[in-house]
Amino acid sequence: MKYIDEFRDGGVARAVAATIAREVDPTRRYHLMEFCGGHTHAISRYGIADLLPKNIRLIHGPGCPVCVLPIGRVDDAIALALNQKVILATYADCLRVPASKGLSLMKARAQGADVRMVYSSADAVKLAQDNPDRQVVFFAIGFETTTPPTAVAILEAQRLGLANFTVFCNHVLTPAAIAHILESPEVREHGTVPLDAFIGPAHVSVVIGSQPYEHFATEYRKPVVIAGFEPLDVMQAVLMLVRQLNEGRAEVENEFTRAVTPQGNLKAQALVAQVFELRKSFEWRGLRAVPYSALRIKDALRGFDAEVRFGIETKSVADNKACECGAILRGLKRPQDCKLFATVCTPENPMGSCMVSSEGACAAHYTYGRFRDAEAEAGP
Amino acid sequence: MKPLRPGSMRPIDFTSGRVDLTHGSGGRSMAQLIEELFIANFDNEYLRQQNDQAVFEVPKGRLVMATDAHVVSPLFFPGGDIGCLSVHGTINDVATAGARPLYLAASFVLEEGFPLADLRRIVRSMAKASMEAGVPIVTGDTKVVEQGKGDGVFITTTGVGVVPEGVSPSGDRARPGDRILCSGSIGDHGVAIMAQRESLGFSTTLESDTAALHTLVERLVKVAPDVHVLRDPTRGGVAATLNEIARQSKVGMLIREAAIPVRQEVKAACEFLGLDPLNVANEGKLLVLCAPADADALLVAMKEHPLGRQAAVIGAVHEDPNCFVQMETVFGGKRIVDWLAGEQLPRIC
Repeated sequence: MKYIDEFRDGGVARAVAATIAREVDPTRRYHLMEFCGGHTHAISRYGIADLLPKNIRLIHGPGCPVCVLPIGRVDDAIALALNQKVILATYADCLRVPASKGLSLMKARAQGADVRMVYSSADAVKLAQDNPDRQVVFFAIGFETTTPPTAVAILEAQRLGLANFTVFCNHVLTPAAIAHILESPEVREHGTVPLDAFIGPAHVSVVIGSQPYEHFATEYRKPVVIAGFEPLDVMQAVLMLVRQLNEGRAEVENEFTRAVTPQGNLKAQALVAQVFELRKSFEWRGLRAVPYSALRIKDALRGFDAEVRFGIETKSVADNKACECGAILRGLKRPQDCKLFATVCTPENPMGSCMVSSEGACAAHYTYGRFRDAEAEAGP
Repeated sequence: MKPLRPGSMRPIDFTSGRVDLTHGSGGRSMAQLIEELFIANFDNEYLRQQNDQAVFEVPKGRLVMATDAHVVSPLFFPGGDIGCLSVHGTINDVATAGARPLYLAASFVLEEGFPLADLRRIVRSMAKASMEAGVPIVTGDTKVVEQGKGDGVFITTTGVGVVPEGVSPSGDRARPGDRILCSGSIGDHGVAIMAQRESLGFSTTLESDTAALHTLVERLVKVAPDVHVLRDPTRGGVAATLNEIARQSKVGMLIREAAIPVRQEVKAACEFLGLDPLNVANEGKLLVLCAPADADALLVAMKEHPLGRQAAVIGAVHEDPNCFVQMETVFGGKRIVDWLAGEQLPRIC
C-alpha cells in the first residue's frame, strides 16, 4: 500500500535500529513516554521493543481516549440510553467500556437500550434528522483529534434547527494531561519516576500544532519529538530523542513534518473555540481530577448540551482498589506489575482503564507482548 | 364412477410474493413450497421420495458429521450469498476431517414477509453450490417465524462424509517442528461482507472467497495421508484458528507476517477500519499443519489446485507450555497473535 508500506519497511527499521544501538550511551537510561495510544498500539503490534537496546524503556502514557473516560461518565451515558430512552450514538470503542454494576453500553443494548455505533459525528446528526420524534445524544469522546468534528456536528445541528440533537461532551486536552503527569509528586521528586522525554502525539498535533509542547521543553527540560503513528515514525522519534538526551538538549522537534506544522490546523482550532470552552476540572480515569483538562459546550449553544437538557450530574466512581492503572499511566508501574493483570483483568473482562481499548497499555501488552513476561520468568 | 377433478393450485408467485405463516404450517402451501422450490431445485432421488428423512448406504470407513448455522447479514454479498455459503461451510467442516463429504441436510427458518424472490435466489444458489461440489442435499425442513422474530432467513446445514483409512487430521495433532501452510489470501470474505454493511460508506471490488474445499483436501490427503491438522479459518480468522490448534495440541507457534498472503484491498480496508486481517473471517481458505518432511509436497499439491494457487508456508510449531501464537512482524519485532477480545470493533484514532 502506497504511503503505508514505506513506513513499515523492515530493512529501514534495522538500519535505524543499528544507528540507535550505536548512539546510545550504555551507562545511562532512556525512559521515553509515548503519550498516545496510537503509538502504544504501533509499538506493541510491530514488536518495536525487540529492535531497541535494553536501556531504552518505552512508557505507555494516558493518551487513549477510551481508557481515560471516567466510569461515572459512562454510567451517565448508559442512564441516558436506558432511562431516558434516547438514541445514544457513539464511536465503536466506547461500547465495551466497563461501567458500574457490571454494565457497559454493549450490555445496556442487550437490555433494550438504543445504542448506535457511528463512524463520524455527522452520522449522529443524520440519525437525529431521520428520527425526528426521538432524542438523539452523541456521546462525544476523544482528544483534540475528534473535537473539531463534534464542533461541526453541533454547528450543523444549529443550522438545521434540530431540536432533538444534543452532545454529551467528554472531550479532553492533551497538554493538560502531560502537565499533570510532570507536576505529579513522583515525577517532580527527582528520581522517583524516571521520565526523560516524550514521544509527542501524531494526530492531535495535526490539529494543535507543535507549539503547545514548547512549554514542556523549556519549563520542565523534557525533550519532545512529535511522531507519526507508523512504526518507522516511532523508531525515528526514538533516535531523535536519544540524540537530544545525549547532547543535553531539551527541544520540541517534529518527526511528523508530513502532517504537523507549528501552528496546526487553524480552521479546526477556530471551530473548537467557537463551540467549546474550558472546564475548570475534569476527572480522568486513572489520573483523577485534572485542572483545565477538558471542554464543555458554550452557554450560547447550551440547547445542544445533553448535560443541560437531561440535567446530568456525574458521580465519581472509584476503580477497583488493586487496580494499578493510575500508576501505570504515570509510568510508575508496568502492566505486568499489577496483581490484576492477566488474572482477573483481561480484555474480555477489563477491571481498569488500561485494559479497555487495544490502545491501552495493559490491553496492548496483553494482546501483543505478554510472551515476553514468560521469557523473562524463564530467565536468559 | 367419474374420477374427481384434481385439486388445482395457483403456482407460487416468485416475483412479488412473500413468505407467510402458512408456508410453515404443515398445510397445502407448505407442501407446495417444498415441491415447487426445494425439490424442484435440489432435485435428487432421495428428495423425490418425499420422506421426512433420507436413507442411504454407508460406505466403508469412519463417518464424519458436522453442522453449521448460517445467519449472515447481508444475505447477498459480492462473491456469494447465504445459500452457497451454507453449502460450502458445512462441506468444509466435513472435509477438514480429511473426509469425502457425501450428503447434506438443510433446515430453513424463514421470517414472515420475506420475499419469495429472494428465497428462490438463495435456494438456487444452494442448488448450484451443491451440484458443483457433487454433494446432494438429501433432506430438509422449513419453519416460518412471525415477523420480527427472525432476520429474513437462517439456514442450518448438516453434512456427513467418510474418512479414508489411515487419514486422521485433528486439532490436537500439531507437533513441535510442524510446518504451517495457508492455502491463499486471508480476510477476503470478512472484508467483502463489511464493505456491504450500509453505514461504512466505502466500496470495494473485493469478493468473498466462499468455496468448497473438499477437492483440495482430497488431493492433500492423497499426497500426505499423515497430515496432522486441517482447518478452515472462518470466524475469528487465522488468529483464532491457530490459537485453537495451539491450545488443543499444547504447543506454541511462530508465523512470519511477510509470508502471509493478504490482498492489497483487504490490507487497505483493514487499515481504514483499524482491523487486523488475521482476525477477519475466511470461507474458502485452508490451514494445514504437517511434518516438515511433508511440507514441500503439500505446498506443491496446493499450488496445483485452483483454490491453492497462492499457498504459502507461513510458519512453524514449537514447544511452548503457554501455547502462545507469535508472529515475526514485517518490521522485524515479535508479537503475540491473540484471539479477538469480544467483537471486532473499529478503533477511533
